[in-house]
Amino acid sequence: MAQLLQHLINGLASGTIYALVALGYTMVYGVLKLINFAHGDVMMVGVYMGYATAFALGRQAQKSFLGVVVIFLVAMAGCALLGFLIERFAYRPLREKPRLTALITAIGISFALSYGFQLDIGFLPGAAPRAFPEVITPREWLVIGDRDVVVWNWQVMSLLIAVGLMVGLQWLVFKTRFGRAMRAVSYDHRVAALMGIPTDRVIAVTFMIGSALAAGAGLLYAIKDTSVSPLMGLYVGLKAFVAAVIGGIGHVPGAVVGALLLGLVEEFVVGYAASTWRDAVAFGILIVVLLVKPGGLFGRVAAEKV
Amino acid sequence: MRRFVPMLLATLAMMVAGCEKKTQPASTDTDTSKQAAQGQGGTAPATPPAATPTSPPAAADTILLGVATALTGGQATFGISTRNGIELAIKEANEAGGVKGKKLTTRVYDTQGKPEEAAQAVTRLINQDKVVMILGDVASSNSLAMAEKAQAAGVPMITPSSTNPAVTEKGDFIFRVCFIDPFQGFVMAKFARENLKANNVAVLQDNKSAYSIGLTDVFTRKFTEMGGKITAVESYSQGDTDYRAQLTAIKKTQPEAIYVPGYYSEVGVIARQARELGLKVPLLGGDGWDSEKLYELGGSAIQGSYFSNHYSPDNPDPRIQKFVSDYKAAYGGVPDALAALAYDAAKVAVEALKNAPDTSGPALKAAIAQTKNFPGVAGAVTLDDKRNAVKPAVVLKVGDGKSDYVTTVTP
Repeated sequence: MAQLLQHLINGLASGTIYALVALGYTMVYGVLKLINFAHGDVMMVGVYMGYATAFALGRQAQKSFLGVVVIFLVAMAGCALLGFLIERFAYRPLREKPRLTALITAIGISFALSYGFQLDIGFLPGAAPRAFPEVITPREWLVIGDRDVVVWNWQVMSLLIAVGLMVGLQWLVFKTRFGRAMRAVSYDHRVAALMGIPTDRVIAVTFMIGSALAAGAGLLYAIKDTSVSPLMGLYVGLKAFVAAVIGGIGHVPGAVVGALLLGLVEEFVVGYAASTWRDAVAFGILIVVLLVKPGGLFGRVAAEKV
Repeated sequence: MRRFVPMLLATLAMMVAGCEKKTQPASTDTDTSKQAAQGQGGTAPATPPAATPTSPPAAADTILLGVATALTGGQATFGISTRNGIELAIKEANEAGGVKGKKLTTRVYDTQGKPEEAAQAVTRLINQDKVVMILGDVASSNSLAMAEKAQAAGVPMITPSSTNPAVTEKGDFIFRVCFIDPFQGFVMAKFARENLKANNVAVLQDNKSAYSIGLTDVFTRKFTEMGGKITAVESYSQGDTDYRAQLTAIKKTQPEAIYVPGYYSEVGVIARQARELGLKVPLLGGDGWDSEKLYELGGSAIQGSYFSNHYSPDNPDPRIQKFVSDYKAAYGGVPDALAALAYDAAKVAVEALKNAPDTSGPALKAAIAQTKNFPGVAGAVTLDDKRNAVKPAVVLKVGDGKSDYVTTVTP
């Protein structure tokens, strides 16, 4: 029983982080019908920005509440800028080209970032993994029995931050003028432009929000798992992409449900079956979902307009 | 050794950056090699030795040994330790009167940590410099490329520190003075059973690494044979950062230790998460743990865990302490396992030169194969019929920023 509870906590912790990354995939897909494969690597860059900020603040300041807020803000703002630049210079020129062109460009940017960061020149960090500083001093939040189940303060904080960001995003998309513009662009960006919606600006801001969320997710991930390396984005990005597809890509609550499902399934497969089966089961679920409901759990299959 | 995957990436990047200046491996004789290594840095335009009057072929009253190791690039620290260890051994041999009245000299070529450069360096050592024997390299991928050439030419080669079993399988002219990977699995099984008195041990292996799987196989077999019980075998993939699911499953089985034969990059994080989940038992591992990074990634969580390694400078054995102080005097700094193994490799080579009737390849090969109970600083060397060293390993305990010698385990 205690073991089940511990697995549940572990699964939710990784699921919430997948969810934050999956939201970025789903938002960009929603407005552009583009799978932004560089998304996980933007997250990785955000983690390194947070790492550099933490070091600039020094050992004392990085642990204070204000210090943590500064680390998150710098990383999220930096990634928003990076997302803007990637959209402006890599994707916008290709917007009217076949969709495959933009997809290949996305893969190119992903590799440029993840392998570029393995170089050891200038500000680039090099290939060796690094330990992310303990910006939140670990404290036990809840202990059941003789340390049978342990919940840490940072696990609770991550969950709160993640849920907060998701609720904020939902509010933005469905309750604001900008959200309405986003949904209009998603529906048909040419018609939206005819209605006076500045589509370029809407798409750019969508990219910036998605990238900032990725930076936030990356920092929570680094706080959780300590080790950061230039290739971390490829792996987390892939898992989050799978989560977004399971939930129905383009669907905001779907991405969250898909991510939590994936996090829990992975955890229980390792905990109760065999750890070697983890990825096989995770991707097996993807295949089953696509076979039974091709649009994902919450997605709709739109009829092709001929 | 086994750190060549990230290095491969660095190497690729360097190949792209450096392809317009076709650098030849730089040639140096013993006395000038230190300046040469400093001046190289990958930029010095090295001239082929055929055109330089300063590097004449070996004179009749000297015996020339070839050394090929990585002096630049990502493996440079390994290669420089290796060269220092070899030169210290050769210097001592010359001070003791050389071999059969002849002085020993070495010619050192830089492999840059790349298999193709390593192969080229060996070809030049054999064809142009006519060396009698070859010493090197550290990374198994380089040694494999070198072994191919040395075996074809019939020149004996001793690798100090390549642990992959395939290296000596290249042929009967290829030897090594270190143990091979699977031996470490046995060492930890014996240590866990006899020193830690553990009955129940869980295993967490890296299922993407042949090294880790090999160690796990031997460990589980030997530990069970010795009467212990393996409570769980869990696995992860290199690059994972969340091991909580595996560790939670392991915790349920209440082991007294966890065997984690992976690399330092993952082990540090595994230790943190184990402590976080309330698992207080020590972790056990192999020489893949041996890195400064282990202390950074593992923090205080990894302290008190044990791993097997080739050698420890803290070993109180007077022969080892003499080597450590001689090395410190010559190069400043504590010799690492690679320097110790290189020193042993050169000593074994000198011994073979003394025992062989002449310096032809087959005569030297036969002499090296006779090596038995040779007193090396990284353990006594006995070569088996597969030309691998059968020798003890040391067990180290992880402390704060360094690891301390615990015991020696013999085969």
